[in-house]
Amino acid sequence: MPTPNPNSDVQRKVPMPKTMVGSLKSMSVSEGALALTFAVTAFVSFFIAAMAHTPEYAFHASLFAAGSAAAVFAIVERYFNRPAAPVPSHIDGKPNYNMGPVKFATVAAVIWGIAGFTVGVWAALELAFPILNFDLPWLSFGRIRPLHTSAVIFAFGGNVLIGTSFYVVQRTCRARLAGDLAPWFVVLGYNFFIVVAGTGYLLGITQSKEYAEPEWYADLWLTIVWVVYLMVFLVTLMRRKEPHIYVANWFYLAFIVTIAVLHLGNNAAIPVSVFSPKSYIVWSGVQDAMVQWWYGHNAVGFFLTAGFLAIMYYFIPKRADRPIYSYRLSIIHFWALIFIYIWAGPHHLHYTALPDWAQTLGMTFSIMLWMPSWGGMINGIMTLSGAWDKLRTDPVLRMLVVSVAFYGMSTFEGPLMSIKAVNSLSHYTDWTIGHVHSGALGWVGYVSFGAIYCLVPWLWNRRELYSLKLVNWHFWISTIGIVLYISAMWVSGILQGLMWRAYTSLGFLEYSFIETVEAMHPFYVIRAIGGILFLIGALIMAFNIWMTIASPEQEAARQIDSAALVPAE
Amino acid sequence: MSLWARHAIFEKNSIALLIGVLIVISIGGLVEIVPLFYLKSTIEKVSGVRPYTPLELAGRNIYVREGCYNCHSQMIRTMRDEVERYGHYSLAAESMYDRPFQWGSKRTGPDLARVGGKYSDEWHRDHLNAPKSVVPGTVMPAYPWLARTELDFRHIADDLKVQSVLGVPYSQDMIANAQADLRAQAAADHPDAEAMQKRYPNAQARDYDGNPNAISEADALIAYLQMLGTQVNFKLYDNKANIR
Repeated sequence: MPTPNPNSDVQRKVPMPKTMVGSLKSMSVSEGALALTFAVTAFVSFFIAAMAHTPEYAFHASLFAAGSAAAVFAIVERYFNRPAAPVPSHIDGKPNYNMGPVKFATVAAVIWGIAGFTVGVWAALELAFPILNFDLPWLSFGRIRPLHTSAVIFAFGGNVLIGTSFYVVQRTCRARLAGDLAPWFVVLGYNFFIVVAGTGYLLGITQSKEYAEPEWYADLWLTIVWVVYLMVFLVTLMRRKEPHIYVANWFYLAFIVTIAVLHLGNNAAIPVSVFSPKSYIVWSGVQDAMVQWWYGHNAVGFFLTAGFLAIMYYFIPKRADRPIYSYRLSIIHFWALIFIYIWAGPHHLHYTALPDWAQTLGMTFSIMLWMPSWGGMINGIMTLSGAWDKLRTDPVLRMLVVSVAFYGMSTFEGPLMSIKAVNSLSHYTDWTIGHVHSGALGWVGYVSFGAIYCLVPWLWNRRELYSLKLVNWHFWISTIGIVLYISAMWVSGILQGLMWRAYTSLGFLEYSFIETVEAMHPFYVIRAIGGILFLIGALIMAFNIWMTIASPEQEAARQIDSAALVPAE
Repeated sequence: MSLWARHAIFEKNSIALLIGVLIVISIGGLVEIVPLFYLKSTIEKVSGVRPYTPLELAGRNIYVREGCYNCHSQMIRTMRDEVERYGHYSLAAESMYDRPFQWGSKRTGPDLARVGGKYSDEWHRDHLNAPKSVVPGTVMPAYPWLARTELDFRHIADDLKVQSVLGVPYSQDMIANAQADLRAQAAADHPDAEAMQKRYPNAQARDYDGNPNAISEADALIAYLQMLGTQVNFKLYDNKANIR
């Protein structure tokens, strides 16, 4: 795990006050306590590694030991290098923002994004050409697929969310991020969780709950990180200098709190032993299915929707230089969305052994969800009122706006697919995969790329990106990729669904299962090509970001004033 | 004071906002999840569903480890084509001891809820080793390491113990004999097989992987696959009795 000097950002901006030079330096309580906790964790992990039931678990325990030892080292090293006085919250009356963790998360998001897309392409190719599984355990589709989903959702998406939320909450509150070590603990601890989760899948450590595969000890670690994340965010909100909490922060807060609740509910488990990676979930059968999809669909609703809507509510007005279209609509959007989303889970379980009443509730609320979703889409797109011309000249803004258009498309498709009659055809097929990717690539991907393209020049004090032309290339190449991907999955999904239920005139099932598998091949190839194009787009982005950061710093960096973000009323 | 102005409390007080969010997101989950634990109609009354034998449980854990759920569902829906293709639609009772559940969400491969007894052990062995050798058009990866790897069941009694804490009816007897029962089920004509079958009615004991010298991961996985969906006798099952 890389441990950048947490002070670098501060040191550049804060010359040490002369009066402080002679004062005594002492370790703060939080530094001491955290270093001690990590030291204990290192020893306990080392002991567990020695006693572990499986070599895979011993590896993970060693990772925890090494990570904890590195954390102790980093805290002590930082203590010796930092000025004696605590970091001031204001300098010359201006908030002294803490952007170090934001920078780290932004770069991590780009790296994890590429990793996650690459694994996705590999998984797609495995389905088209199964020889690519190479008969190796750690390369087989069953282990690669969770690696892909977790890498894109939690590693890429999670770093985007943590990075942007730490940026937005400081800017819109005009307050420095709460905590001294805490923001770094969140960013580094979260990425450590990603490493543990990802290597675990490859080694066969999984609890098989979709999008919640990490085992009990990784879940426990994430819980600690997440509670600290909530505290940092909430305390920063409390210290704000603005009377109002900006809309984006409502969505970030709902995302953080709800994910905490979902994570705890869905991962409730008892480990077989502290020396074993294996645990058993406290829920079973039909109840476990309901809890899983209550979690699963709201990982979509709160991680991939609420969190990224917060990005929409900050970055689109910022980039377009226009206020949010309707403040009242954003109030309705917020409460209606978070209330209704939580009900939608059972649409993953239509016609299963889940009781009918629960299925019907899930379907009803999923259809209702169309309204707040489109309310939010309208609010995002109409923010461009009076600035539509920028779509022609600013490819970053175009990416952000197209992401909202994709959001509108997939939030129309979602309610449609939740209707039981439609679901009877679409469920278990690639249609679901196509639907997820129109949301994931089009909405989450593009809004994240747009935010990263905005953030990097702001964070590193550059006037603009290295090349807007490359953004344009990124946009068009990946758009073609998305179109290939989702249309291939529509066709293969509907085709397979129809083949499964086709009858001959004599009343027999027309196709054996394997015939429906063989019919998928051309679409799996097209899908892989679409994925490759999307990956190429992301590589162009990474190059652009790299060149932007490597370019010389601009003195007349973009003036950032939050005046445009005052609520409309 | 208009309703819009009243909303200011959430815009100006972060704790009010936090509590508001918590209340609003709790309602749906509570309404949909809690009744499943007390409504009697949720899980049908059936006879024949028993906890997994130690060997089947070990096989199930390999099924989980390899991520089989990514491509195979274990949930036959109540539709004509599914019932004709896979068998009787799945009952909630059939997965009541499943932790976690394995209903799945995607059928890149066929449903496995009733795969038990559908194919021979030899077929499964060949299929896991090299799927294309028995199904030429398949896209399934090969799992040759399962037959090569000896099953690690040193701690299998702990697995049963944890499950019994969670409410799975594993008796003290079953926990104490977990390793012996596992050995007895993985061999042909094992002297302890009868005792094992007394504890686990209808459990089948034989050498699943065709290698009598070792108990492999393939033994466990095939034992699990061969029991899937075989516990409920649908000739005797009365669906109407469950309208309660």
